[in-house]
Amino acid sequence: MIGLLIVGIILLFGVVVVQIGRVTDLTAKIRGEEAVSRSITNSQAKWLMVFCVAFLVYCVASAIYYKNSMLGYGPHEAASAHGGDIDSLFNTTLFFTGIVFVLTHVALFWFTYKYRRVEGRVGIFFSHDNKLELVWTIVPALVMVFLVTNGLVVWNEVMPDVDPNAEVLEFEATGYQFAWDIRYPGPDGKLGTKNFRLINLANNPLGQDWSDPKNIDDFHPTEIYLPVNQKVRVRITAKDVLHNFYLPHFRLKMDAIPGLPTYFVFTPTKTTEEYREELSKYPEWQVPADPENPNGPQKWELFDYELACAELCGKGHYSMKRIVKIVSQEEYDEWFNSQTGYYIQNIRNTNDDPFKAQLLPYEVEARSQELLSEVEAALIEDDPSTISINLKNVFFNIGSAELKDDSKYELDNVAKIMSEYNDIAIEISGHTDNTGNANSNIVLSGERATAVTQYLTEKGITSERLKAVGHGQTIPADTNDTVEGRQNNRRIEMKIISQNL
Amino acid sequence: MSEVTTFNEEVLIEEQGYDDHFHEHHHEDKYKSSFIFKYIFSLDHKIIARQFLFTGMFWAIVGSAMSVIFRLQLGFPDESLAWLKPMLGRWIMMNEETGIGTLDPQFYYALVTMHGTIIVFFVLTAGLSGTFSNLLIPLQLGARDMASPLLNMLSYWFFFLAGLVMFFSLFLSTGPFSGGWVAYPPLSALPQASSGSGAGMTLWLVSLTLFVVSVLLGGINYITTVLNLRTKGMSLWRMPLTIWAFFVTAIIGLLSFPVLVSGFFLLIADRSLGTSFYLSEIFINGQALDYVGGSPVLYQHLFWFLGHPEVYIIILPAMGIVSEVLSVHARKPIFGYKAMVYSILAIAFLSFIVWAHHMFMSGVNPFISNFFVIFTLIIAVPSAVKVFNWITTLWGGNIRLNSPMLFAIGFVSMFISGGLTGIFLGNSAIDIQLHDTYFVVAHFHIVMGVAAFFGMFAGIYHWYPRMFGTFMNETLGRIHFWMTMIGAYAIFWPMHYLGMAGVPRRYYRFDSFDAFGQFTTMNEFITIAAIVTFAAQILFVINFVWSIKNGKKMTTKNPWLATTLEWTTPIKAGHGNWPGNIPTVHRWAYDYGKDGKDFIPQIMPLSEKEKAEEVH
Repeated sequence: MIGLLIVGIILLFGVVVVQIGRVTDLTAKIRGEEAVSRSITNSQAKWLMVFCVAFLVYCVASAIYYKNSMLGYGPHEAASAHGGDIDSLFNTTLFFTGIVFVLTHVALFWFTYKYRRVEGRVGIFFSHDNKLELVWTIVPALVMVFLVTNGLVVWNEVMPDVDPNAEVLEFEATGYQFAWDIRYPGPDGKLGTKNFRLINLANNPLGQDWSDPKNIDDFHPTEIYLPVNQKVRVRITAKDVLHNFYLPHFRLKMDAIPGLPTYFVFTPTKTTEEYREELSKYPEWQVPADPENPNGPQKWELFDYELACAELCGKGHYSMKRIVKIVSQEEYDEWFNSQTGYYIQNIRNTNDDPFKAQLLPYEVEARSQELLSEVEAALIEDDPSTISINLKNVFFNIGSAELKDDSKYELDNVAKIMSEYNDIAIEISGHTDNTGNANSNIVLSGERATAVTQYLTEKGITSERLKAVGHGQTIPADTNDTVEGRQNNRRIEMKIISQNL
Repeated sequence: MSEVTTFNEEVLIEEQGYDDHFHEHHHEDKYKSSFIFKYIFSLDHKIIARQFLFTGMFWAIVGSAMSVIFRLQLGFPDESLAWLKPMLGRWIMMNEETGIGTLDPQFYYALVTMHGTIIVFFVLTAGLSGTFSNLLIPLQLGARDMASPLLNMLSYWFFFLAGLVMFFSLFLSTGPFSGGWVAYPPLSALPQASSGSGAGMTLWLVSLTLFVVSVLLGGINYITTVLNLRTKGMSLWRMPLTIWAFFVTAIIGLLSFPVLVSGFFLLIADRSLGTSFYLSEIFINGQALDYVGGSPVLYQHLFWFLGHPEVYIIILPAMGIVSEVLSVHARKPIFGYKAMVYSILAIAFLSFIVWAHHMFMSGVNPFISNFFVIFTLIIAVPSAVKVFNWITTLWGGNIRLNSPMLFAIGFVSMFISGGLTGIFLGNSAIDIQLHDTYFVVAHFHIVMGVAAFFGMFAGIYHWYPRMFGTFMNETLGRIHFWMTMIGAYAIFWPMHYLGMAGVPRRYYRFDSFDAFGQFTTMNEFITIAAIVTFAAQILFVINFVWSIKNGKKMTTKNPWLATTLEWTTPIKAGHGNWPGNIPTVHRWAYDYGKDGKDFIPQIMPLSEKEKAEEVH
């Protein structure tokens, strides 16, 4: 039905058009070609002048109307250190091109109007003038030289990479169909290596090589947080097709290319809050964000910097959004410290973990902090000797009293604490589970406790401060009916027995 | 030879003309022997020109209708497009509950891609250059036909074949190619990345390869004809600017299109033979692919090595046509003829060393961009010279304001508006912000889309009598002009503001981003303007078709009182163009208003006075 209607309208349109054509041919015949053409020439010339004026007014008026929504104007001052240079270069270019635009249009339409056809007049035979040609070759050339010089100065300030040794915050953005993955280097400040063949959508979206220790603390946040006034280098990559890392408010854009990492260096200069504050001064932003809810937050309160894709990448190209938050250094640090590494969250001690059942430096460090605080907690007790501190990861081979290498870090921590608190004495006690002979268990646990105190002595702790006892299976910490329970029962404990040496 | 004051072309040609013994050959009959050889597999350049024009117009309607559909999506994203279901089928996704039909994003991107490909290659390259080079090169040079009529015919049929393949691709179940007209890999190389990159892309590559064959066959022919078949007296410096433009266009095409094809061949190899020219380290659809070591940026270099000259392949013929039309209807010589030729040559030369300005943000070394910025902005100088010369041509004229002239003036306005925004984009620092935003869309649509169309319209209205022996209706022509002029600015001017607000191009909808979704009214306005402007083009097509039979008849050979040779042939010129001798040429093409005469045709021998001046 609608199809028929459309066909009908088109046919009707055609008929009208043909009739207009017929009518004009007829009037031309009746009034005479010359008379008709004269009146047409005059009216067309007039309309061209009207068009010229209306067009120029429309250009200026519409520009003013939309001024505050365009980047670089009104509230939209650039939010990066280099952005202002780009905006002012834009305005310089606008100044020169604006003059040329108006002058050439006025000349074009005014000459057309002024020299419209008059019967019998002959045009002026003016075929060339080398002076004029020279003028309008040299003047544009000079303007271009000016604009090119300015442009290249800005370009070469914006684009260079950072000095490899410079203090810079680096993060990585990886585009894929149809979203961005963000990766931060974690406390070590270094992004770990990647290999596209390692990508696994279940637990390794970026193909990070877990055997690279730099990867261990890398984290994948959902939003990009950056501290204000900090130079940032963003490393830009893609997994599948071309994308483009585009931050309009920061005047930043760079293609993301599979197999060819690119980068962009910039310094955010305005926090999200500051940008919102600027927006709040403009009435068009002082309206409720949701028209259905007039008491809800206003538009400016919900403003956020957005990351978009600016290179056609397939049917979801229009939806690759991430929020970018620019915050103060303190807020950034707080956010940064609250992030957990992707490896720690998803990979640690799974089958994909190359360091499975091995301790990693960060874990050793964390344990040493933990042990210290346990000792400190015991020391403020009235009688510290009532507190048993379990020494984790002190291992022996089955039936043997020889320390495994893995155990030594914990004992090093004990030695360190003891040299710090040089007035305490401790008791090291060995415990076993209930397998085997109870008496030989007591002997074995005693030997193991002694092995520990010997190791501590080697580390420079005098033997008067150490006491070793073996309790065998007499003081279980857990049930002996399960594997885990028995494991928990096989242990070395320490107790502070004196703190006034 | 006594001074000739009044003249009769036939007598002049008979007296002055050059006898090439054309009438002694009887091959003429062969072409006219049957309908098929006269109108379909014709060897006559005038028929081939019309074939290019009709085919170009068909593609222009298809290509711009596509833009109307995707403008509906952009202007009214929440309106139901269910009424398009009979035409687009499953590309309209129906919501069973509400009955609302939405355009499939995949097909949106297919429409955008096809719109670009069709308009750039099929309409503004083949339709524009193919039509007018074929029509005017032999006629304005005083040649019987092209140097090789056979290659010329093949040129059209390769174009036709290219069109056929592309048209077929529109009906594939996986859809036509949808990765943008620039077809950047990996998107264009991997069917996993987009359903249009499967069979659609294969056909796209086949079609454009055939198209390049067409361009090369045509181009080599144009160049040969210009260099070898000029009539007696037609020195290079007496050629009309149209011919200069077509000649240089053909040279650019001959040098740059092969590079595009080599780029395509490497892409075909990557797609079918497992090579890695453009592909490296790709993980897609849950799978790591084997390609390593290639660079997608290489394709961009090869593509834009054609792609940039291509915009001059499009605009130079329009410039040539406009120079001619402005001069004829202003009744004045084109101002600074030599400067115009030199600026065409300068633009052509520079067009080869600016390609990477499309790639400032593509990850190429920023240092290299310095050179491309310099060369790019130098192009503004010859372009400015041309604009000033056109305007000065109007100064002191006696201007007829008919349809061809209105479009020529409109062209100058569009070329200024669109050209000036190029100065922003060519400066790499500003391009950081504007690259791939609507500012670019506004820029290139105005400067090479609308402007080239205006040149084409000026040419069609101007040479329509030469092609069909009738005039197009003037009133309709003027309505067409005003609707198109106002409509085109209404569509594309506001897009600058979108671009300056950072809105990226090639977005299916804008409301997924707060920053881009704030221009609903403007997008509605643009869409309505696009529909109205499209309607104006339908009006043009009706006028065009209707006037072939019903238009005002051409009663004199030279209705515009122009100086050039195409207006000395009989109204119904047969194959061979001039029934008897070939006219000889005694002067340049722009003696308008000289010595108090309205115009002096090129076939007119120099007067005694002129001879005396020439001696000095």
